[in-house]
Amino acid sequence: MHLKWFLLSAFRSATAGSRRYHLWMGGLTLLMLLGAYGYYVQLRDGLAVTGMNDHVSWGLYISNFTFLVGMAAAAVMLVLPAYVLKDVDFTKVVLIGEGLAVAALIMCLGFVVVDLGSPFRSWHLTPIIGFLNFPRSLLAWDVIVLNGYLALNVLIPFYILYSHYRGQSPNPKLYLPFVYLSVFWAVSIHMVTAFLLAGLPARPFWNSSLMGPRFLASAFAAGPALIIVMLVMVRSYTPYDIGKEAISKLAMIATVAAQANLVMILSEVFKEFYFPTHHSLSAQYLFFGLHGHDALVTWIRTSIFLNVGATIALTIHPVRHNPRYLVIASLVLFFAIWMDKGMGLVIPGFIPSPLGEIVEYRATWVEFAVTAGIWALGLFIFTVLVKVALPIEMGQSRSPYLSEEERSAPLSH
Amino acid sequence: MTERRELTFDDVLRNAGVHEAQSRLDRLMPDPATLPDSGGGCQDGSCGCGGAAPNTLMAKPMDRRGALGALFGAIAVTAQAAGACAPTAVESDEEREAMLLRQEEYFKGNYRLMTPRERSETVRRLERLAQLRGMGDVRIRTDDALPGVMFGYAFNISKCKGFRNCVEACIQENNLDRASGDQYIRIFEKPDGESIDDLEHADATYGHAVPAEGHHYLGTQCFQCANPPCVYVCPVQATWQEPDGVVVVDYDWCIGCRYCMAACPYWARRFNWAEPHVPAEEVNPRQHYLGNRLRKKGVVEKCTFCIQRSREGRLPACAESCPTGARVFGNLLDPESEIRWVLENKQVFRLKEDLGTEPRFWYFMD
Repeated sequence: MHLKWFLLSAFRSATAGSRRYHLWMGGLTLLMLLGAYGYYVQLRDGLAVTGMNDHVSWGLYISNFTFLVGMAAAAVMLVLPAYVLKDVDFTKVVLIGEGLAVAALIMCLGFVVVDLGSPFRSWHLTPIIGFLNFPRSLLAWDVIVLNGYLALNVLIPFYILYSHYRGQSPNPKLYLPFVYLSVFWAVSIHMVTAFLLAGLPARPFWNSSLMGPRFLASAFAAGPALIIVMLVMVRSYTPYDIGKEAISKLAMIATVAAQANLVMILSEVFKEFYFPTHHSLSAQYLFFGLHGHDALVTWIRTSIFLNVGATIALTIHPVRHNPRYLVIASLVLFFAIWMDKGMGLVIPGFIPSPLGEIVEYRATWVEFAVTAGIWALGLFIFTVLVKVALPIEMGQSRSPYLSEEERSAPLSH
Repeated sequence: MTERRELTFDDVLRNAGVHEAQSRLDRLMPDPATLPDSGGGCQDGSCGCGGAAPNTLMAKPMDRRGALGALFGAIAVTAQAAGACAPTAVESDEEREAMLLRQEEYFKGNYRLMTPRERSETVRRLERLAQLRGMGDVRIRTDDALPGVMFGYAFNISKCKGFRNCVEACIQENNLDRASGDQYIRIFEKPDGESIDDLEHADATYGHAVPAEGHHYLGTQCFQCANPPCVYVCPVQATWQEPDGVVVVDYDWCIGCRYCMAACPYWARRFNWAEPHVPAEEVNPRQHYLGNRLRKKGVVEKCTFCIQRSREGRLPACAESCPTGARVFGNLLDPESEIRWVLENKQVFRLKEDLGTEPRFWYFMD
């Protein structure tokens, strides 16, 4: 009975809103339609409509995938302090972080599916009826950990919200074990994705033991940076009370992670260029161009410049404590890491090819359309999740079966 | 190490006479030759309005996946039958048959998990589908590796003059996509005096007369590594190493994630970015399920040492077509073979030995 009303009022929360809200959702829907059209063209004509080829066999899709796994993993930076360390500042924002993880995971799965040459055969990946190559293939690991993490990040917030909706405090014994599990799981999804690339001796650019740690550091910088921007938006567009403390703690996390990430970039650059070997050709292509091919040089230099700039800005206390500068620095950091960890990481792995040939990659309009569509889908899902969660957390949305007394009872997490 | 299974399904097939067994499709579908040409005609009820669907489900014992496929197939048959009986039906019998065959193909399992009967059924469907597509009468074999055979290859750098007859023969033998100019073999033209395994300044796209002054030639293709990284990474086990050393792809199981392409240190794998096209008159009808049969868009393919030839005791097309005798192919387990002679009497090397992939493809010089 409660569940029916829960779903009904969730639907009402998600569909009712101001004019600006409808414009936002309408715009996202348009982008999704554009993406759907691009994907239709790709399904009809094959991946030949993308810029990928036998030399550069992964492109914009997988670049976004590797980056977004980090966004999903970054939710742990809210989950850990909120549930495990019982940090009161974080309990109010943890649901937003989990919503971001859900949206990011759906985008990840979306990017993997649109990258498949034969997506209708995805059922081959399911255990029992398919033939999953577990534990040998890291991609099989990724299928398992991503779907598992998605399940955790749907179920934990659902249980908490549904309890609050029924005017009850959730039972920690029921959900805390899953919270602990999700903390380890978050680290694992990103490590597995790093290992997916690092485990290929054929590609010296990826075949680095620093890959895992660097993935984590960049995720814990870009993830909280994005969450900061989201929280500031929630604060200015809704009456939901997000304490300043949560945002400034997140800013601290993003800053430290961004610093660590820069140290790791520096050590990679040192290793590649102090005494360049054949294995440094990809890095040479990325940073300086190779035999006149330099499609990514401006891209990566812009990324490094923005990354260093944002990290320095965040390191300076007065800048970080100024809400406006904080948002700008966070956005810049987010984009810099997206550039670096997406295209800047995936494409050079293929250039030059293992036999020394150089074929460059340029994404086509189909890839841009599909990518925009999937990002719009993620933002759409995130907006809906926040729109549903906040009225429950603010005590406005409650089951109609509750008495007045039960409605206003204070609830814990 | 790759898990190896001694498969003798084909012997079983021959003994059991499974090749002669009627597939359930035959029971379902009338022979197109006996049908009126009008298409969609239901005068004699032979198009299966009515009782066809339950038969599909009852036709044979099945596993979970088989049941799933049969269920969907039955739904499709019912829908098709209904459609055929409606006055608006425009599909020809051949289109309907092709659709049904594709339906059954969609739900089939990984080649390695198929029973002998399932193998013969899918071969029958694929042969019929090729016929319906106007590709002529192709014959798809499924014979397994012969016991006591491990294929190996040696390439004589001194003899290769860069004519690329091998490339052309490979394209025709293996039904490679003509539209994209896909090639399994790459012949690199290298300046003399350069380190033997350094390909950085080599050119595989030369268009001038050969042999070019001051250059030598080095050919690459899939090296059928004894320790193949591509097989490690495939998430659905659509690629594996056969007991005779050939790394094969189940084109109907591959999901097209291209992880194997990223994992190959020798750039040996190719992807069908668009629907591959081979003119009907150029299709090589002598095919193998794991070799040169016609591919679809969205799947990975590769050199198999011409498995359809080598398992018959013939040379791969590249070795047969080489006018200079630069290519040596044979059974590594046969002490009398030419490849063994080369390995025992010449100085040989392989590409990127430091990676531990153990290619079964050696280079040597006179």
